[in-house]
Amino acid sequence: MKNALENIEKEFEVVQILNEEGEIVNEAEMPDLSDDQLKELMRRMVYTRVLDQRSIALNRQGRLGFYAPTAGQEASQLGSQFAMEKEDFLLPAYRDVPQLIWHGLPLTKAFLFSRGHYVGNQMPEGVNALSPQIIIGAQIIQAAGVALGMKKRGQKTIALTYTGDGGASQGDFYEGMNFAGAYKAPAVFVVQNNHFAISVPVEKQSAAKTVAQKAVAAGIPGVRVDGMDVLAVYKAVRDARDRAVNGEGPSLVETVTYRYGPHTLAGDDPTRYRSEDLDNEWAKKDPLIRFRKYLENKGLWSEEEENKVIDQAKEEIKAAIKEADGVDKQKVTDLISIMYEELPANLQEQMEEYQAKESK
Amino acid sequence: MAQMTMIQAITDALRIELKNDENVLVFGEDVGQNGGVFRATEGLQKEFGEDRVFDTPLAESGIMGLAVGLSTQGFRPVPEIQFFGFVYEAMDAISGQAARMRFRSGGTKNAPITIRSPFGGGVHTPELHADSLEGLVAQQPGLKVVIPSSPYDAKGLLISSIRDNDPVVFLEHMKLYRSFREEVPEEEYTLELGKAAVKREGKDITFVSYGAMVHSALKAADELEKEGISAEVIDLRTVSPIDYETILASVKKTNRAVVIQEAQRQAGVAANVVSEIQERAILHLEAPVLRVTAPDTVYPFTAAEEVWLPNHQDIMDKAKQAINF
Repeated sequence: MKNALENIEKEFEVVQILNEEGEIVNEAEMPDLSDDQLKELMRRMVYTRVLDQRSIALNRQGRLGFYAPTAGQEASQLGSQFAMEKEDFLLPAYRDVPQLIWHGLPLTKAFLFSRGHYVGNQMPEGVNALSPQIIIGAQIIQAAGVALGMKKRGQKTIALTYTGDGGASQGDFYEGMNFAGAYKAPAVFVVQNNHFAISVPVEKQSAAKTVAQKAVAAGIPGVRVDGMDVLAVYKAVRDARDRAVNGEGPSLVETVTYRYGPHTLAGDDPTRYRSEDLDNEWAKKDPLIRFRKYLENKGLWSEEEENKVIDQAKEEIKAAIKEADGVDKQKVTDLISIMYEELPANLQEQMEEYQAKESK
Repeated sequence: MAQMTMIQAITDALRIELKNDENVLVFGEDVGQNGGVFRATEGLQKEFGEDRVFDTPLAESGIMGLAVGLSTQGFRPVPEIQFFGFVYEAMDAISGQAARMRFRSGGTKNAPITIRSPFGGGVHTPELHADSLEGLVAQQPGLKVVIPSSPYDAKGLLISSIRDNDPVVFLEHMKLYRSFREEVPEEEYTLELGKAAVKREGKDITFVSYGAMVHSALKAADELEKEGISAEVIDLRTVSPIDYETILASVKKTNRAVVIQEAQRQAGVAANVVSEIQERAILHLEAPVLRVTAPDTVYPFTAAEEVWLPNHQDIMDKAKQAINF
């Protein structure tokens, strides 16, 4: 039994392509990305780091509401989303707003989501995604359904969904993987293991040494990658996508990552449960630093280019917040009107009540 | 026309909708080759193929999550929960997710899901098979909850439920599955959701009921007739939203009402009916609106069903109490 456990753990060693110094350490796994694609990945990571910084500031000013910081997870979030095609369907969790944005959600809507406005959840036509899921695990069983739907339609697309290390303890996490496995549905489950579910370290979630090995319970492939390494994340998810669209079924990808900020900005204080040493250790693994070094060595990136991205991000964020400010306030009648296709009698009556109230 | 039991009428409705709309998918535990534990989906997989009618792993939450996911891809899922006592496993997927899909997407997505599930007492089932939990789902904005009491209603209401573009919980009382036959048209027809039916006209007192209690109310009405009391029996058919128009029209005529449910007094939807009547028709009432319900205990051990479940005698007693108030 002990041997079996050790053997399982050996199957799920961390896959890394780019080390902390920006050196390729695993040439065999190197994904096939053009120079432009590599630069685009860097651009997105820098942009998203700025978005995180600005979102925190805007939240503190009271100009944003619910916000779950993303700094540190850029490689994990954007490397995985970069492996998707436009036709693929994204089921994000509450921290996965950056993926939604890069999948097509306008920044203004992302801010409206944060503030709690229904317009923020209205996906534009052709953006195949649900809004960020608050119920941890619900997106996993839904992804199995989305993927089965794609399989039934004969599409060469996937459902891609995310949860965290804590989420992997939920029943829906297991059920979703198991259903997708049983139906051989084209789903990719990404677990972003940032080591903490609010204050609870991953060691307290499970005696399993990795999250990736939970795939074994569903009989599907699982892989554990360095989640601070954008190339490793991209490669693992792209491989999982290839398998899925080839009819080989779902996969689980665990990205080993870290959030530099608090769980959310609703009063969480990570100094209560995380040591400075641990923070410093992970700061050295920053996905931006190593990818920057890699690109600079290849002559593909410069400070000037980075500053251009930063300025562009700041400008677009400013414009988007302004646009969000201009969106009409929500009325109760708006909320009633999006409940059903046809209003039942109780809501018809309440609609009239609130119409009268609102016209005063 | 054909003589059908309620279960046959349900199978017939499913067959019609599977034929009508290629997006309709029927799935759940043992609904495929086995044809369902009550034969509700008998023959459907053979006729429409495993792609349309299929078994699932044994996990209610997964089944409902599957339904939500499939609905985002343009399908019209008709999942089954083997017994509604197992709904607790799927509460998030139903009330936390499917019910809110249209709202949370700002009206850009919907969940045209019909959840079929048997419930109801009097057939000696083991624990957590018979519990009446319609009150839980009736409290969730975004859902509709339908409970037929006859083969004719079951077919028309199920077709309407499947065609509805919002989620519907369709609860099938186990005792009514094969307890009687009724003339049911063989062709397709629909019955409007949210519309009650007057199953018996009367002038002295209104009985508002649903599910198996409709038949107890009808029996009580027959007995009371012998004593010179004329009871009008309303079958809600949809317990969310409730058709207050029909109820109020009746109460304004009879001036007395008893609301009857199989669920415990603290559960079900009877309290909703009572509040609406008192808010909208208090000046028409000659007596308080009384309720016939089960006691506020956990659903009884099998051998205690008979003393626990409300019956026509309880209804007659309450009716007389209202009349002699």
